[in-house]
Amino acid sequence: MKLYLPLAIFLALVGLFGFGLWWNSAHNPTLVPSPLIGKPAPAWNLPLLYEPAKTLDKADMLGKPYIVNVFASWCFACADEHPVLMAYSHDLGVPLIGYDYKDKATDALAWLQQHGDPYTQVVADESGRTAINFGVYGAPETYLINARGIILWKHIGPLTPGVIRDELAPRLRKLGIQPRIGA
Amino acid sequence: MKGMLRTATLVLLLGTALASSAVDALPFKNAAQEVRFQDLTRQLRCLVCQNEDLADSDAKLAKDLRFEIFQQMQAGRSNAQIKQWLVDRYGDYVLYKPPLKPSNYPLWFSPFVLLLLGALGVGIYLRRRAQPPAAAGSDEDQDW
Repeated sequence: MKLYLPLAIFLALVGLFGFGLWWNSAHNPTLVPSPLIGKPAPAWNLPLLYEPAKTLDKADMLGKPYIVNVFASWCFACADEHPVLMAYSHDLGVPLIGYDYKDKATDALAWLQQHGDPYTQVVADESGRTAINFGVYGAPETYLINARGIILWKHIGPLTPGVIRDELAPRLRKLGIQPRIGA
Repeated sequence: MKGMLRTATLVLLLGTALASSAVDALPFKNAAQEVRFQDLTRQLRCLVCQNEDLADSDAKLAKDLRFEIFQQMQAGRSNAQIKQWLVDRYGDYVLYKPPLKPSNYPLWFSPFVLLLLGALGVGIYLRRRAQPPAAAGSDEDQDW
């Protein structure tokens, strides 16, 4: 009994630390869950990257679901994500709005020229002030917004084919959209 | 040798002093407002480098949020209002001191539960030890 007690405590600690290691590898502890899921997207009104004299706002997008993808030319992870967007943007079945975050317009335009432009429209938030209302804390980030302007889903970090297939596509189908993405 | 050591220490200290200050040139109304600003931004977490507070972080977003907080202070908003404004956007995670509410109860009370369990264990152990060794051999007790 007396010998087994320290062993039991030791094994319990091994179990606890093992669980901690597993948990941190299975979940990304740096992800901050957004309090905005299920709530209306903040009001936004931003200039178009290609035509800065024109703007696009939240009201323009009401009536159909859309996806907002936050990117920037200075963001390395966005360059990793970009081929995935190029491959899937036409299969999503909803507009994909590019959200150029804290970026110079000339840099963003050159970046899109170089990597290709998968977006339906691109809005530019050079100061990043509107992004604060969205709870953006990095790039890339992706939001799914429904026809009534409610944020349904947020993905932090690059979109991957797996994330699109397992997390985004089922949510699009729930909205009655038929994305051309294998189940 | 001693001089070199002193210089090295000085360089190190200076280095940490420089590293830990993210000073923006914000036109505060008075010293009291600046103190309030420093105090408030120390209670808030930088979302980008999550082990830093907003006061110290050099991240671009932290700088933007400091400016936003500064402007809201100028507009006469209270600390509580500013914190709520941040929580509405980024969740409780921006607060270094999480609020006491049901979803945070495990966070607040589990240390006390563990303390209680520990005390219970110690209590049981001490009580057992206080009893004179009866059936068990006295050799065995010396292990403990």
